[in-house]
Parts: sequence; C-alpha cells; structure tokens
Amino acid sequence: MNCTDLLSHLSDYFDDQLTVELREEISEHTSGCQHCRVVLNTTHQTIEVYKGTEIYEVSPGLRERLHSAIMAKCFAKK
Amino acid sequence: MPAIQSPVTEEVHPDVALVARAKEGDTAAFEQLVRQYERQIFRVAQHITQNREDAEDITQDAFLKAYEKLDQFQGNSKFSTWLVRIAVNESLMRLRKRKTSKTVSMDEDVQTEEGSIPRDFAEWRPNPEQQYNQAELADILRKTIQGLPPGFRTVFTLRDVENLSTEETAEALGLSVPAVKSRLLRARLQLRERLSRYFRQKQEGQPA
Repeated sequence: MNCTDLLSHLSDYFDDQLTVELREEISEHTSGCQHCRVVLNTTHQTIEVYKGTEIYEVSPGLRERLHSAIMAKCFAKK
Repeated sequence: MPAIQSPVTEEVHPDVALVARAKEGDTAAFEQLVRQYERQIFRVAQHITQNREDAEDITQDAFLKAYEKLDQFQGNSKFSTWLVRIAVNESLMRLRKRKTSKTVSMDEDVQTEEGSIPRDFAEWRPNPEQQYNQAELADILRKTIQGLPPGFRTVFTLRDVENLSTEETAEALGLSVPAVKSRLLRARLQLRERLSRYFRQKQEGQPA
C-alpha cells in the first residue's frame, strides 16, 4: 500500500468499513510513514472534535421559542 | 415437533407508532416528533445556511411541510431521514435565494480537488481540547466549516455531526452512496488541513 492508496481508504477506515486485511495493510504502512500517520491521527481528531463540540448551541430560550413557532405554524390553519 | 421459527426481531422504530398516530390527527403525537427533532433540524439548517434567522424559519417551514405531507410519508425510510431531507431542500432553496446570481446545489464546487491533498504534516499537540476552551473551540470549528463548499459541509454535518449513516445521508441528500463517500472524504481532509493551522504543534521558539 502506498500513500495514495491509504488516502482513498481513509474514510472507510474511520467508518469501520474495511476488511481486516486492509486495516493491517494500513497499520503496516503508517508504522513506516510519518506523514500518513499524522494524516490518519489528525483526521481522526478532526472528526472527534466536531462530534464533541456543540458549535451551534440551542439555548433553552431559543428552543422554546422555536417550538412554539413550529406548533403555531402547523396548527394555525385548520 | 415443528421447529419453532425464531422470531425475526426486526426492531420497529418508536417513531413508526408516533407517525401513525399523527396521521390520524393526534396532535400530541406530532408534537412529540417535533420535540424529538427540532434541535437536529435547526442545527442542520444552521450548518447549511450559516445563518440563525434563516435556520429558525427553515425549521418551522420544514415541520409545516412534514405535517402537511405526512400522508405521503410511506415509511420506507426513517421519519427523521425524511424530515432531514425536507430541511436540506428548504435550506438549499434559501441559499439559492440569497445568492441570486449563483446556483447552489449539492453538486456545486465538488469537482475541485483543492485542499483535499494533505500538505500539513504536523501532529496536533496538545489536543485541541487542551489548547482552547469550549467557546474558543466552537468559534474555530464554526469558522472552519463555514469555508467549505455547501455540498461538502452538508455531507460532513449529516455524517459526522448528526451521526446519520452513509445510506441515510445519501437518501437525505438525493445522492448516491459513492458520491456521499467521496464528498465525506474530501470534507474531512479539507477540514483537517484548515484546522491544522490552529492545532498544529508549535515549533520551539515559534510564537503561539
């Protein structure tokens, strides 16, 4: 496996869609390739940091306002 | 003795019963569905439009549409996926209206490989969570995702922020599974590259 191959399998790697053989090939490649190791690690961190951070916070006040507005809109015309 | 057929434990999603009740006019059931998904729909709309007021309008319109078209919902997909699809379409329509001269679609700007080829090979140390507090982190992540083309941003949001499966994302966006996968890879790589600017390990003597 070369660096380009690794890149093409990257998403499937994170989504756990790879065969055991391919995972092993990736692990073998990254053990000898510093750049791919960093790309693998930091892409993983990218996904995790987005999963773990609420970037658009919905405050209780906003949520209540939104909820009332939705209900009013849906049940206004009968 | 005839072999007892092992019951096919096909789990029925709790939404199925709620949708059935809502279809029969049970407003409390519909309200429960609204409660369950209003935050998610709002977040999706805000991710796509990058505008809070638009996202509020879209959330209201998406639920209104869902309510009006409830009879057309066949249950072939999850209710939440169907709802997200409505919200995505409303959001893209809103973007198109805003940029009158430019068309906005899921296909826009996806031809370019730019930014998808890794160039930054520095580790992130310490972890982003250790380098910044939650508010700063949210700010960096918001600014960074805003720079992505809508087609990439949306796929990333549904898959990695809202945890839809690849198949559900494809369904919600009207894309093929391979198209979702290819966009997701490029979105992840572009975000990684942009975030490296903030999170890369500082070399000694280099101002933070």
